[in-house]
Amino acid sequence: MVTRTAARTARPATARPGGLAGSILVNAALAAAAVYFLLPIAWVLIAATKSPGDLYSTFGLWFSDSPQAWQNLVDLFTQDGGAFSIWILNSVLYSGVGALVATVIATAAGYAFAKYAFPAKETVFWTILGGVLVPATVIALPLYFLLNSVGLTGSYWSVLLPSMVSPFGVYLARIHANTAVPDEIVEAARIDGAGDLRIFGSIASRMMTPAIVTIFLFQFVTIWNNYLLPLVMLNDPKRFPITLGLTLWNSQTQRDPMFTQLVVTGSAVSVILLVVLMVSLQRFWKADLTAGATKG
Amino acid sequence: MTATATATEAASAPPRHPLPESSPKRRHRRAPAALWVLLVPFLVMFAAFFIAPIVFAIIDSLFAQKSSGLGLGAPTREFVWLENYGTALANPSFLASLGRLVAFSAIEVPLMVVTALGLALLLGAAAARFPRAFRVTYFMPYGVPGVIASLLWGFLYIPATSPVLQLLGALGIDANPLSSDAVLFAIANIALWGFAGYNMLILIAALDSIPSELYEAAKLDGAGEWRMIWSIKLPLIRPSIVLITLFTIIGTLQLFVEPLVLRPLTTAISSDYTPNLAAYNQAFAQGNPNLAAAMAVVVALLAFGFSALFLRIVNRKGNRAW
Repeated sequence: MVTRTAARTARPATARPGGLAGSILVNAALAAAAVYFLLPIAWVLIAATKSPGDLYSTFGLWFSDSPQAWQNLVDLFTQDGGAFSIWILNSVLYSGVGALVATVIATAAGYAFAKYAFPAKETVFWTILGGVLVPATVIALPLYFLLNSVGLTGSYWSVLLPSMVSPFGVYLARIHANTAVPDEIVEAARIDGAGDLRIFGSIASRMMTPAIVTIFLFQFVTIWNNYLLPLVMLNDPKRFPITLGLTLWNSQTQRDPMFTQLVVTGSAVSVILLVVLMVSLQRFWKADLTAGATKG
Repeated sequence: MTATATATEAASAPPRHPLPESSPKRRHRRAPAALWVLLVPFLVMFAAFFIAPIVFAIIDSLFAQKSSGLGLGAPTREFVWLENYGTALANPSFLASLGRLVAFSAIEVPLMVVTALGLALLLGAAAARFPRAFRVTYFMPYGVPGVIASLLWGFLYIPATSPVLQLLGALGIDANPLSSDAVLFAIANIALWGFAGYNMLILIAALDSIPSELYEAAKLDGAGEWRMIWSIKLPLIRPSIVLITLFTIIGTLQLFVEPLVLRPLTTAISSDYTPNLAAYNQAFAQGNPNLAAAMAVVVALLAFGFSALFLRIVNRKGNRAW
């Protein structure tokens, strides 16, 4: 950790100025990449202000003469009896609750792998890691038939429960507990009379905060972006997350072109929601946890 | 950072009470009840939602619904060995979808790794201005669900709504990203847009952990920026490059959402365009869950096979050096 921080601050001093041409080239490439990554986002934010007709008749990257952003938002939130707000709330519920539980149990398991010895420990750990390599689609289909046999399909639980498992979270938590929670501290707390669960709950979990936040964020975005699981499990639009709701509307554009503008505005709103979340929580995206994990 | 700093400080601080001589060794001896409280919730969930579906799929793929005699009466469930796998692999359109998936991987994996690596190295270049702002910009699409990304790029792929195609058209270039020749690249572009920034972040973290003394030493030896990239940065972040390549291979084999969303826009995408789409159709449209299970297992085997092959190649002794 110490060397890593030092490297980050010291690097600019060590690198040499690469000449004017090189500098222009580097920054031109960076700017071109930024244009590429911003293009769909800029397009949808502008398109969301247009009338359905202007969507097709005006240039995509500039506003029309008669913007109607407010009208589009009103349409979006009143269509199908306010379905879109329900979808947002559902997405928040699935992602928030799913990621919270996933984080708690993955952190506890990762800590247990880091700090205890038990039979077949490494075999169990590598089986869990193997779970990272199994394509999600391979799990979703059979899971439908399994949950169907216990009558859970179609319910909130059918999406929530599978979202509470994060094998990658266990991996991150174990790696981080190894480095961030020194054995001496655990031992000292034990001698002070603290029970094992208390040590985890009030000492170790505090030291693991960066990893915990990272696990939560990754799982939150993973659930938020998930499409196949809710597609397979749910059939009542009242329980849909945003992704499923927007494709439901998108499938009706053939019948009624009005739906195109709803899909565009809905996409814009959900993009704004997640972009705000990502940018404001930027400093918590600790990819160096994953990098540390690959060493050696 | 603050939390990490506290952890580091805490680590270096002496324990408040001196430890008895024997205690450090004793820690691993007992397996207290607390261990199970910590471990069991995850293990139960993992067994229920990872292991059970996989086992269920494998078993299910070995059975078939057979209707008796004239098709009267309820069909019975029969053990048919590997018949479903035979049916799947004898089906030309399923074979075609497997081939398409391999072709897609061959396009997407190098494109993704080279882009992520290029962005990470560019942001690490001394000349780069505003690296933090650029980094967030590149990472932002990771927060856009694949479905919405596909919807957005769908609009950018049809001339009626795409400013890019309109500009190209004005220049006399008639591009159609959704034609049967180009559609695989159009899909690859959506996946690249969504995940390049995420992979870049993993590489940047690895680059940041390279000790600065290495650069100083190289600079004293007169190494230029290219030389530093080639001789220091690339070899030292090799494990992270391997990791993102592996993740990308697994990701590409799951191809499902992008073709599903683009399908209404083009005739170049069939209803069983990828193995996952084919399996989904078998399960829910054709009502043959057993065949669907066999198809899903084939995809899983492909994922394991490709991952193993890739790890074997990169871990071969001769390839360790680069």
